[in-house]
Amino acid sequence: MVDHNSELVLETKGLKAYFGDNLAVRGVDFKVHSNSVTAIIGPSGCGKSTFIRCLNRLHEEVPGARAEGSVRLKDQDIYAKDMDPVMVRRQIGMVFQKANPFPGMTIFENVVAGLKLAGIRKKSFLEETAERSLTHAALWDEVKNKLHQPATSLSGGQQQRLCIARTLAIDPPVLLMDEPTSALDPISTSKIEELILQIKKHVTIVIVTHNMQQAARVSDYTAFFLLGELVEFDETSKMFTVPKDKRTEQYVTGKFG
Amino acid sequence: MIHRRLDSGLTQLTELLVLTSRYVEEAVSHSILAWRERDSSFVDKVHKIEEQVNQSHKQIDAECLKLFPTAPLAVDLRFLLSAVKINTDLERMTDQAVNIADTAGYYLRFPTLPHQNELCEMADDVQFMVREAIESFIKGDSLLATNVLRCDDKVDNLKDKIFRDIITHITHNPKDAEQGLNVILIARNLERIGDHATNIAEDVIFTVSGEDIRHSGKQKIALGDPNEKRK
Repeated sequence: MVDHNSELVLETKGLKAYFGDNLAVRGVDFKVHSNSVTAIIGPSGCGKSTFIRCLNRLHEEVPGARAEGSVRLKDQDIYAKDMDPVMVRRQIGMVFQKANPFPGMTIFENVVAGLKLAGIRKKSFLEETAERSLTHAALWDEVKNKLHQPATSLSGGQQQRLCIARTLAIDPPVLLMDEPTSALDPISTSKIEELILQIKKHVTIVIVTHNMQQAARVSDYTAFFLLGELVEFDETSKMFTVPKDKRTEQYVTGKFG
Repeated sequence: MIHRRLDSGLTQLTELLVLTSRYVEEAVSHSILAWRERDSSFVDKVHKIEEQVNQSHKQIDAECLKLFPTAPLAVDLRFLLSAVKINTDLERMTDQAVNIADTAGYYLRFPTLPHQNELCEMADDVQFMVREAIESFIKGDSLLATNVLRCDDKVDNLKDKIFRDIITHITHNPKDAEQGLNVILIARNLERIGDHATNIAEDVIFTVSGEDIRHSGKQKIALGDPNEKRK
């Protein structure tokens, strides 16, 4: 159920992203409501991954890449001169297509890595947070007896949920997910989708996906990107039944892309 | 690959629905001829068509069942949902046509009652609605569909008038009660066919535009003068 009165968490205005001289995102105005899941769909190369990497200032880590325009996290301008990108990424976490647990670390160490980087050392707090985060990531029951085994001993789907737990451990208000299930089998995909629906009670989610059925299953809102532009944004139920723009209609019915 | 399978499946489904629609149009037309021409040969023809429609009814449902797991979206999803409903409407229209044909077959043994003019007018309107509903579906044309909606109230009013007139006639001529009842049954079945044609028209509008106009009274506001229906 979409809550139209929920608070705005993220808002972009005229957001542009460049790779050198190449304009990849062409002035996007976009709003994300709290405790919602917003899916971003569009054909390969349309700028959707670049767009979400601008939302937590990861885009600028690419040599020659830069962003223009405004991105606000509640009342903060995340591109303000005095804003530390590392602090931005603590508040706007990200999960990637390929699970990337820290090699050489145990499952437990992976989950609490962000907290330790923030200087938190209290053992009981770290343990409580690890259990809570792993529970939210629907992984606790599977790993509670092997927390001190290498994270790389887990299956691909478990590793991805571990990465989600690691991100949730630092309690970000926003979680970005860039095709988080594209490398997973249907059962692991289903577990991730289920946990997305669970954790949205605690965190606002923006997910890039190529799978429109997945967008239909998990998201409240959907944005369709094409050639670096936001073509259409609406409630997911409307986007997949009665899209307003002809290009959206053609894309979701498989006429291109 | 899924989209290609969906596209060819939807094409095949459309062809089946078009074929069934033509059967239904013929069934309705023959059922009306049976009583209008007082020709019992049309009764058998309607029954034969009904068998074909019943087969198609199951076949279309089976095709829809195959297509839902391909997870169609947007216009494809709207079309598939409408196809399921239109299929049911077509089957019911044929049942009504059979009712009319059977009643007409029975009616032949009695002399004709007055009130034929209203019944003929109603039959013309219902046939027009069936034709337009089917054409609107085949062409995906909302304008043709609105022609059907325009006609629905007129058919309902004609049915009410026929009912009133027949009841008055029977009150004064009790010996005509059985014929009168047959006329009422034919009018009632014609009206139901008109309702199914209206359902199809509403589904066509939903498929084409995504607008759900059922139960809204909206069409009445937008459609204007019912007398313009055949322009």
